[in-house]
Amino acid sequence: QRTITGKVTDATDKSELIGVTVSVKGTTVGTQTDVSGNYSIAVPNNQAILVFSFIGKTSKEVVVGTQTAINVALVDDSKILDEVVVVAYGTSKKADLTGSIIAVNAKDFQKGNIQSSEQLLQGKVAGLQVTSGGGSAGGGSTIRIRGTASLNASNDPLIVIDGIPVEGNGIAGSANLLNTINPNDIESMSVLKDASAAALYGSRASNGVIIITTKKGSSGKPTFNFNTAVSAGQVFTKVDVLTGDQVREIINARAAQTGDNTYKNLLGTENTDWQDQIFRTAIGTDNNLSAGGTYKKVPFRVSLGYSNQNGILKTNNFNRTSGAINLSPKFLDNALAVNVNLKLANTNNRFADEGAIGSALRMDPTKPVMTDNPYGGYYQWLDGQGKYKQLSGFNPLGLLEQRDNTSTVNRLIGNIELDYKLPFLPDLHLRTNLGLDNTKGSGTDLINALSATNYLTSGRLTDYKQSKSNKLWDVSLFYEKDLVGIKSKIDVLALHSYQDFVTNVYNFPAYSADGKTIIPGTEPIFATDKPQYRLDSYLGRINYSFMGKYLATASIRRDASSKFSPATRVGYFPAVALAWKVRDDIFKNSKIVSDMKLRVGYGVTGQQDFGQFYPYLARYAQSTATAQYQFGDKFYTFYRPAAYDANISWETTTTKNLALDFGFANNRINGTVELFQKDTKDLLATVPVAYGSTFDINLFTNVGSLTNKGVEVVLNTTPIKKDKLRWDLGFNFTRNNTEITALRKQEDPNFTGIPVSGISGGTGNSIGLHAIGQWPYTYYVFQQVYDENGTPLEGVYVDRNKDGQINDSDRYLFQKPAPSMLFGVSTSVNYNKFTFSASGHAMVGNYLYNNLQSERSVLRNLIDPLLVINNATTLLTKTNFFNNRYLSDYYIENASFFRLDNINVGYYVGKVFGNTTLSLNASVNNVFFVTKYSGLDPENSSATGVDNTIYPRPRVYTFGLNFDF
Amino acid sequence: CSNKLDLFPQNDFTPDKAYSSVDGYNSVLAKIYGALSVGGNTGGGGQPDITGLDEGSQIAFIRPFFNMQELPTDEAMVTWNDQTIKDFHNLSWTSTDPFIKGMYARPIWNVALINEFIRESTDAKLNERGITGANATNIKNAVAEVRFLRAFNYWAAMDLFGKYSFLTEADAVGVTPVEKSSSELFAYIEKELKEVENILPAAKTAIYGRVDKSAAQALLARMYLNAKTYIGTEKNTEAATYAKKVIDAGYALTPKYHELFQADNHTKTGEIIWAINCDGLKTQGYGNTTFLAHAAAGDDYPDFGVNSGWAGYRATKGLSSKFFSGNTTTTNDKRALFTTSKFRIDPVENEIDDVSNFANGVHVKKWTNNYTSGAKGTDITGNFVDTDFPIFRLSEMYLIYTEAVLRGGTGDRNLALSYINKIRERAYGSTSGNISANDLTLQFILDERARELYWEGHRRTDLIRFDQLTTSTYLWPWKGGVSAGRAVDTKYKLFPIPAEARTVNTNLTQNPGY
Repeated sequence: QRTITGKVTDATDKSELIGVTVSVKGTTVGTQTDVSGNYSIAVPNNQAILVFSFIGKTSKEVVVGTQTAINVALVDDSKILDEVVVVAYGTSKKADLTGSIIAVNAKDFQKGNIQSSEQLLQGKVAGLQVTSGGGSAGGGSTIRIRGTASLNASNDPLIVIDGIPVEGNGIAGSANLLNTINPNDIESMSVLKDASAAALYGSRASNGVIIITTKKGSSGKPTFNFNTAVSAGQVFTKVDVLTGDQVREIINARAAQTGDNTYKNLLGTENTDWQDQIFRTAIGTDNNLSAGGTYKKVPFRVSLGYSNQNGILKTNNFNRTSGAINLSPKFLDNALAVNVNLKLANTNNRFADEGAIGSALRMDPTKPVMTDNPYGGYYQWLDGQGKYKQLSGFNPLGLLEQRDNTSTVNRLIGNIELDYKLPFLPDLHLRTNLGLDNTKGSGTDLINALSATNYLTSGRLTDYKQSKSNKLWDVSLFYEKDLVGIKSKIDVLALHSYQDFVTNVYNFPAYSADGKTIIPGTEPIFATDKPQYRLDSYLGRINYSFMGKYLATASIRRDASSKFSPATRVGYFPAVALAWKVRDDIFKNSKIVSDMKLRVGYGVTGQQDFGQFYPYLARYAQSTATAQYQFGDKFYTFYRPAAYDANISWETTTTKNLALDFGFANNRINGTVELFQKDTKDLLATVPVAYGSTFDINLFTNVGSLTNKGVEVVLNTTPIKKDKLRWDLGFNFTRNNTEITALRKQEDPNFTGIPVSGISGGTGNSIGLHAIGQWPYTYYVFQQVYDENGTPLEGVYVDRNKDGQINDSDRYLFQKPAPSMLFGVSTSVNYNKFTFSASGHAMVGNYLYNNLQSERSVLRNLIDPLLVINNATTLLTKTNFFNNRYLSDYYIENASFFRLDNINVGYYVGKVFGNTTLSLNASVNNVFFVTKYSGLDPENSSATGVDNTIYPRPRVYTFGLNFDF
Repeated sequence: CSNKLDLFPQNDFTPDKAYSSVDGYNSVLAKIYGALSVGGNTGGGGQPDITGLDEGSQIAFIRPFFNMQELPTDEAMVTWNDQTIKDFHNLSWTSTDPFIKGMYARPIWNVALINEFIRESTDAKLNERGITGANATNIKNAVAEVRFLRAFNYWAAMDLFGKYSFLTEADAVGVTPVEKSSSELFAYIEKELKEVENILPAAKTAIYGRVDKSAAQALLARMYLNAKTYIGTEKNTEAATYAKKVIDAGYALTPKYHELFQADNHTKTGEIIWAINCDGLKTQGYGNTTFLAHAAAGDDYPDFGVNSGWAGYRATKGLSSKFFSGNTTTTNDKRALFTTSKFRIDPVENEIDDVSNFANGVHVKKWTNNYTSGAKGTDITGNFVDTDFPIFRLSEMYLIYTEAVLRGGTGDRNLALSYINKIRERAYGSTSGNISANDLTLQFILDERARELYWEGHRRTDLIRFDQLTTSTYLWPWKGGVSAGRAVDTKYKLFPIPAEARTVNTNLTQNPGY
């Protein structure tokens, strides 16, 4: 036994590498390099092999021999092009990609306090828009890849977790199914944007695909990681509503002016800030322990995580305990590779009544929070009999504290992949993937018997429960051959996939809070329901590469879905893509151009993901116990026929993609420019049909078409790369244009469009229109008239059709909710032991309908005809509107913004005890945003762009420790 | 494994299952009747029959019908800002109005379901399903009822729109309706009603909730009275004849007028010929009498037997002036249900200075959720109302008979006068309000109809019959959108065919002026 010493450096810039793991192969002996890159290790003999490994570098093995000092230079494996990317049904070298696929690895994920995996990608990928629904603990996001392709079917991308396309829709008791995946277990996420990449998932890929790959076992002795973080979230934006004093001033002035003291007499003396009453500083913790390595020749990884997050809205909490196991042993002389994944999560939610947010804006600020009344002491408006005054606002704090809605969601995702190289033909692999995704959600919603909301039924107790089971069975043959003679490489995949999705819904009556009395009319007609669908698919793909620089991919998928009738259920989804490594032909010897590749792709994808399961069947539905009709002394439930389209079939999207990948100066500047066009036809859309021709005036059918085109630019640079100092700067940009090109089976000049986007306030008001030649959900409003000071004149609109009257015919199309442009920017600086990173994103050209202002900024809010006082926003003092003017374009606001999502500072401490190293990090998430929008937050996850009272996204400070040992 | 993809719903029925038993037929029949009361398959809303519109205010039957018959007149005015709802009173609606669209869609939806029921009730279908004997007879009788209901739906559409989409049981699901003119509809309705008149149960023999002969006769009487509007020809003799058939079938006025419009009005079958059922627990809808009681209530909602007032609907002084002359505020006419615990009837309050101020105007406490016993409705939350909505009452038949005779129809003027005085005696509780033959003028009848039938969905039709809806002959506050009232274009006698209905069905043509 003797000691070897040496130094490990970076092969490119010769800088010393800190924290490189140095181990003796096949033993448990190991160490790490110090601050100067030096190490010292004991080896048993001259045959010993030292393994040097470091994140982001290619591992290197050195036979010791007779040497006593071994200096090693490690090569960047961010030789990006060698990077292996997870693609549909396999992996590919990044250099050999023909489609539009962006892989984001763990080191590039969004940092800080992230509860739900999709948020790891925020701002990281051109063409990808991740918008959280708000700031609730464990809450979900809307994910859009290259805009929207559908009107009434889903626009969510398909999520594939370790080869299992998972259920995208929610389940009772869960705010967001993606929060059951621990972000710490994720190794990489691939975003498949164009059809040639995604068409392999055929039926479900119209909105792109996100492949989530979890961490796997590695070779070498087991290493351990423990990280822990504590976070604190705070509200940093509030809605400007009137104070108690302002309300008193307005009402007193009005009383003096009119001589009517009705409302003056209703005033209280307080100055309650109801928003302050409902929000709090939210503390959270996140702890993860994992071990990975090889044990008895079996590579494994196990992990355990516990996260507990309070919401900033009082009572809101989310916690998750998760475990993951991966085993990837090989048998039969490595001919049989086995990969087993098992992920378990137990999440517990306490949902806050988010109605409290709107209530806090409405509740009279001149009143106290608590008082003496029958409603648990929470101040309420009372009528002449001392009872809660129906239709008046609820005490926001009471809504929170008098309601306990808790749920438990358990999820198991497991799969076994087998890959068997046939002994007689080793180029041929027989593969199978058996997967299961099981989720159970259940909970109880208990409203206190004293709560003003349900006082008349002595509270309300409701149970809910659902389970979902998604089974997958893939069988495939994969053939791969190097045809050296003709300088070609070829691989072929043939696959059969069968997937079954079952939801079990359990229905319960509602009880009074003590659980003893059933509230009349709440008995369910059916105790259970079992919506189900199945997909049966065949897939063929061929990859061909000539001279390593001309690449081609062609694929076809045949899908059959139970959602369509036997006559219409089969769809074929072909795709083809070509790539030419231009550099290898034209810039072969260039010092400047280090990479250049041209890609072109074409493909068709399908869509069958929508809320209905049997849209082609004639069927009758039973009514509830509260919708019956009395004949004699008996009540009969209704049998009602549903509108249906026997011929309903696939919606299809054809995508064309043209891209140039480039790299300059040794790839210190690299990126992609990409043009795409998506044409969706046979839109699954709900459109009007001849009244009386079926049992609705709207029918869910295949009609119309939509075009979506755009440009994406990705630019990654390394402006500084010196000894001990490296600065990376990345930037992405998307320009997108969506247009409805047809909405009718026949052209019709009189057709104005389909009203959409219901708003709050009044009854049945809607603010948007699906119209030909426009973006979906374009606003449809009256044009406001202003006085010379720019103040809007109440109820005065432009007579656009000049017929002398203002009516519905004067509405016009004005702006839309979707952004025209997306930006993402991220940067990181590494200096010695410090790292600094920041990332942000921006949207431009997105407009919101400020429903909060249209509803809550008028005098009528204060002097409510119900004879109560409600609060109004401070906009009232500017416009002095008396009445709500819901349909004025005054409330359509430009909501373009830039948001700094995260700032992160890390410090590598090094060895703290034994072989344990420590690094520290501190983050701020949601640092700030810049916008002209007058609402709480310009980022809105709804397609309709109607902005009401969002759960505010908190600013979160996180401090974390990370131990490796 | 291709048949593994043939999946069926666990709880919904395929048509063969739905119609496999008498109970199934009854459940479809319940939907046909119920579609006049609630707009969907969930009480209070949630599974609307007609999508894309507001379930309570736009696609139910009673509330949209009420809006279109009452809001354009002196009898009702709304404070709310719901979309285009104020266009009704302003008489300025357009073909894109969502309320009008909903009310265009509802009758033909009902007709489509009725046609389906008739198709599923042929002898062949019943045989095939093994339904025989009394069960089969009951279903065949129900066919006559649904034919009456189809005629009723067409009548409502004809009254509002003139011409209308048309389908019979010969048109399978998927067939695009043709358009029938007002006179074609009139002829069809007349033929159908006369046919089912002979099949329907005798007066007052049908079980609660279902129609009998008198309903068909009452609808014929009402339609004949307005024949000039619908077909350009008077049919006053027919109107008097059919009104008298009903009158002579054994009905009598309920002693207390206000009890006809409260929670236990299902017991008033002596006078109510046919009502649409509502129930606070089992037939819940924001588009039926739940709306009528809440919308008229403000802070005085306890008077209405409900848990809240929506501070929406009240009348103009055009209505109150039928009861009070000049600035008086007292009357012995007990039908003047305008005083509540919070709102008095006084000249200042009667004026509507501010359309959106609920305190302005004549407050109408006609529809309530109170029981005669003083109890409130069965929904303990006080939200949904038990009160049924009468479609035909005996007093309307008296008024039809009288007016038809005054207009020259064959009949007995003295009998007519005695009918009117029966109504007056109930109203006054004595003969003090009785009139003499000299008082019996057409204008008196129009006013008496306002007093007797206000807020029951008759006023627009009546004003059109007297040519007072659009002309300057009679002005009421805010008629035409100005506070003094003004004449409007005669096109407003009919509602426009909704623009969307026309784009999806090119058989449809627009009414003049729109």
